[in-house]
Amino acid sequence: MSEPRLLSIEGLSAVSDRDNGAPILRDVSLAVAPGEIHGLVGESGAGKSTIARAILGMTPRTVRITQGAIILGNTELLSLDARQLRRLLGAEVALIPQDPLTALNPSRRIEAQMTDGLRMWKGHSAKSARERALTLLDEVQMREPERVMRCYPHELSGGMRQRVLIAAAFALEPKLVIADEPTTALDVTVQKQILKLIRAMQARHKTGAIFVTHDLGVVAQICDRVTLLYQGKVMEHGLTADLLLKPRHAYTKALVRATPRYDRPVDGLIPVPDAVIAACRAEIAGFDGATHG
Amino acid sequence: MIAGAAHRAAMMAVTLFGVALVVFVLLRVAPGDPIAMMIGPGASPADIVALRAHYGLDGSLPMQFAVWLGAMLHGDFGTSISLRRDVVALIGERLPATLELAFCALGVALVLGIALAVIGTLGKRRAGEAVVDGATGLLLAIPDFVWALLLVLLFGVAVPLFPMSGRVDPSLGAQFHTPFYLLEALVTGQGAAVRDAAAHLVMPVLALALPLAAIIARVLKGALDEAMVQDYVLLARVKGFSELRIVTREALRNAIGPTLALTGVQFTFLLGGTVIVERIFSFPGLGNMAIEGVINRDLPLIQGIVLTFGFLFILTNLVVDLTVVGLNPKLRHG
Ligand SMILES: Nc1ncnc2c1ncn2[C@@H]1O[C@H](COP(=O)(O)OP(=O)(O)OP(=O)(O)O)[C@@H](O)[C@H]1O
Ligand SMILES: [Mg+2]
Repeated sequence: MSEPRLLSIEGLSAVSDRDNGAPILRDVSLAVAPGEIHGLVGESGAGKSTIARAILGMTPRTVRITQGAIILGNTELLSLDARQLRRLLGAEVALIPQDPLTALNPSRRIEAQMTDGLRMWKGHSAKSARERALTLLDEVQMREPERVMRCYPHELSGGMRQRVLIAAAFALEPKLVIADEPTTALDVTVQKQILKLIRAMQARHKTGAIFVTHDLGVVAQICDRVTLLYQGKVMEHGLTADLLLKPRHAYTKALVRATPRYDRPVDGLIPVPDAVIAACRAEIAGFDGATHG
Repeated sequence: MIAGAAHRAAMMAVTLFGVALVVFVLLRVAPGDPIAMMIGPGASPADIVALRAHYGLDGSLPMQFAVWLGAMLHGDFGTSISLRRDVVALIGERLPATLELAFCALGVALVLGIALAVIGTLGKRRAGEAVVDGATGLLLAIPDFVWALLLVLLFGVAVPLFPMSGRVDPSLGAQFHTPFYLLEALVTGQGAAVRDAAAHLVMPVLALALPLAAIIARVLKGALDEAMVQDYVLLARVKGFSELRIVTREALRNAIGPTLALTGVQFTFLLGGTVIVERIFSFPGLGNMAIEGVINRDLPLIQGIVLTFGFLFILTNLVVDLTVVGLNPKLRHG
């Protein structure tokens, strides 16, 4: 591949120290190009959040990375010490969290929470950081941004808080934004707007993004490229349109069939057939046997 | 808001009345006759009757209570039997000493307790946490008066660093115009007097502050541990802030509320602790005078002092409630 890369993950493996070294990630590789949204899809426990946390250097103590490399720009992240990583990520990577209700500090005003990074990493004065924050709130179509800046989080609705968090994520013009299921905590009507908003902000700021979700419908709306995981192993990856319209792997096919679409309503839930699951399990067992044996 | 304030004021009045009643009854049913203790052998029965009347100890008990209460409402707490001086004046002289002592101890306890909690949180799962947990355990296991004795042995006898008794060294000849010696010396900028008053405070303040600091450290560290796993802390880490900054700017604000509420409650215990600590260090405060009063069965003085303490307790609770509301944005705007 010759296209420029913003982030690449190469052969990342991780095990759980909680479950007798059970594998959590199995030789995961993926590449995010500048300005593209890369979807990380899979059912619960597939390892999506583990990948996101590994990029941020925040793997839980009981998860151990055994192999692989994470390269942002020209820097390998896993070999940095905590301090170097902090400085690098602080300015270049941002997170849009899952639950807007808990991701803002309840005892700090919105203004303080939107401007602290700008002042710390970009040398902004209080005044210029404030102006920048107001611009960003404007970009996420927040009404009365001046008033919102003076508010504490509890004075804002969930949707408004997620807008604040999205605005804040783009404040430092990061190269990469990581969004871990940013809409699952919101109600359905708000979800769509928030997805559109993330897309618009990402396009405007030309930011690369990793978008974690278990919903192929969301992937279809927002992602340029997808990596599909099952139990920590990449099952299929490619451009969104290719993967959704011409799925190659049986697991992908089953998932695509199970996802409701406006032109093809689904009656109830279509489970992934047992035969497909068995095939996936066999594939993973084969992989584990090859690496351990 | 106004209704709330009026309600609180009424509750305070009721509580104080209760305290007055309890003190009065307890002191009357306790054995010992103050008049019998003060009269000389040659006193006539008429003298005794006159003395009783003078100190408000004649008439039936309800009568005495009513008279005492009525006088108090006019700011008259009676005359000390043993010191033969106005109780209000006596309390006015001694209360400032106790307040200086108690507030210095509170300040030291807060600074020390918060520092310990922050250090313990920063050193989570490393040596720092173990040291802090051990230290708070030790501080907590030893009560204030034992600390007082240990400190006397340590800094008074073994390594005589600090004076062991009194508020100031009379030989320095410092003149004070108010009963707040330390405060006055600070405000007027008398360096020597500040050092002298502070040196006299070191040991009694530490004796009172160390156990409270341990309580503050324990509770605050628990609250910080809880705050440090919240999502907003994760987000602050992604923003690249240092752990120290995250603990002090993100977690502390959310963790400190319950700690301050508890500190307020504990401060009333600290006030109670001044009685024995002042005694040990011959510190001329209210507590020391209370013990003299009890020894001499000086009913008006004891009643006055106990009511003063009761008032301080009630005031403390009020301040705590207001602080907790002030610190929590949700309550503040609610
Ligand atoms: N702290 C931890 N210690 C050990 N194992 C963990 C830990 N957290 C998660 N795991 C394991 O890692 C695997 C992947 O978890 P992860 O959270 O990455 O999944 P996910 O794809 O994000 O799922 P979800 O959709 O539920 O968020 C799971 O099998 C889980 O049990
Ligand atoms: Mg997850």
